[in-house]
Amino acid sequence: MTDFNPIMPAIGGALIGLGVSAMMFFNGRIAGISGIYGGMLSPARKDTAWRMMFILGLIVGGAVMVILRPEMFSVTIDRSTLAVVGAGLLVGFGTRLGSGCTSGHGVCGISRLSPRSVAATMTFMLTGAVTVYAVNHIFGGAV
Amino acid sequence: MSRLLASFGAGVLFAVGLAISGMTQPSKVVGFLDFTGEWDPSLVFVMGAAVGVTFILFRLSWRRGAPLFAPKFQLPTRRDIDGRLIAGSALFGAGWGLGGFCPGPVLSSVATGAADIFIFLASMSAGMYGLKLYDRLRRSAASGAKNASSTSVKTQRVGQA
Repeated sequence: MTDFNPIMPAIGGALIGLGVSAMMFFNGRIAGISGIYGGMLSPARKDTAWRMMFILGLIVGGAVMVILRPEMFSVTIDRSTLAVVGAGLLVGFGTRLGSGCTSGHGVCGISRLSPRSVAATMTFMLTGAVTVYAVNHIFGGAV
Repeated sequence: MSRLLASFGAGVLFAVGLAISGMTQPSKVVGFLDFTGEWDPSLVFVMGAAVGVTFILFRLSWRRGAPLFAPKFQLPTRRDIDGRLIAGSALFGAGWGLGGFCPGPVLSSVATGAADIFIFLASMSAGMYGLKLYDRLRRSAASGAKNASSTSVKTQRVGQA
């Protein structure tokens, strides 16, 4: 195990919970990032404004944290550009095909005790672990 | 207006939580998924706290009967576990493990200006468009086949999580 302190992850997780709960309490919506962002890419929808405001909030909230605590954003990872492109394509296609990501299925769906979201979360955790195993232990950590 | 402000505020809270929890560090996500290596349990606490808070606050919200700024709650109603759900989640997990990013942390890291963030975001958007294209092709293939046998065209609705 690496050195870690559970306090910050728990505080951060609680704030994520507050964020998705605010979306439910005020607007009655599931704060699933892939669904909200993906819905924004469909120009036919009339309900684009609230999606844009949520995404804008994500970007602005992130920007504030980049200014206050830049060390929290060590976003570069030991991956080739080709791997980053592949990862992005898989995440985009997969989250839309599977109707959700870590927020919609993992946080909101599990909290609603949705069987679909429990199955989805178990599936992406499993294939994520298999992929990391392949990258780290078969390809030696560099892809 | 209040609806839009609430959306914005929810996004800000979410982004601050992602940063504090360490989810804007893909090495921590990959470390969590590396069960046979130097396992980093951070994500257990992130998910645990997020689900704990959400589980309680969702139920308190639903007790009101309706959201504050909207006429009704819009909740997914499907409960069947189908091939699309599992295949999509499996592909998403592979991409998550490969890059260490899921959609939230990528969007909240835009202000870093890092090239990888923009490359990932562009690819992710392309992947989402890719699914729309895939569904359109499948629908037109299905309607072509259905028209040939002169039965009604069945449309497929793609719901959110």
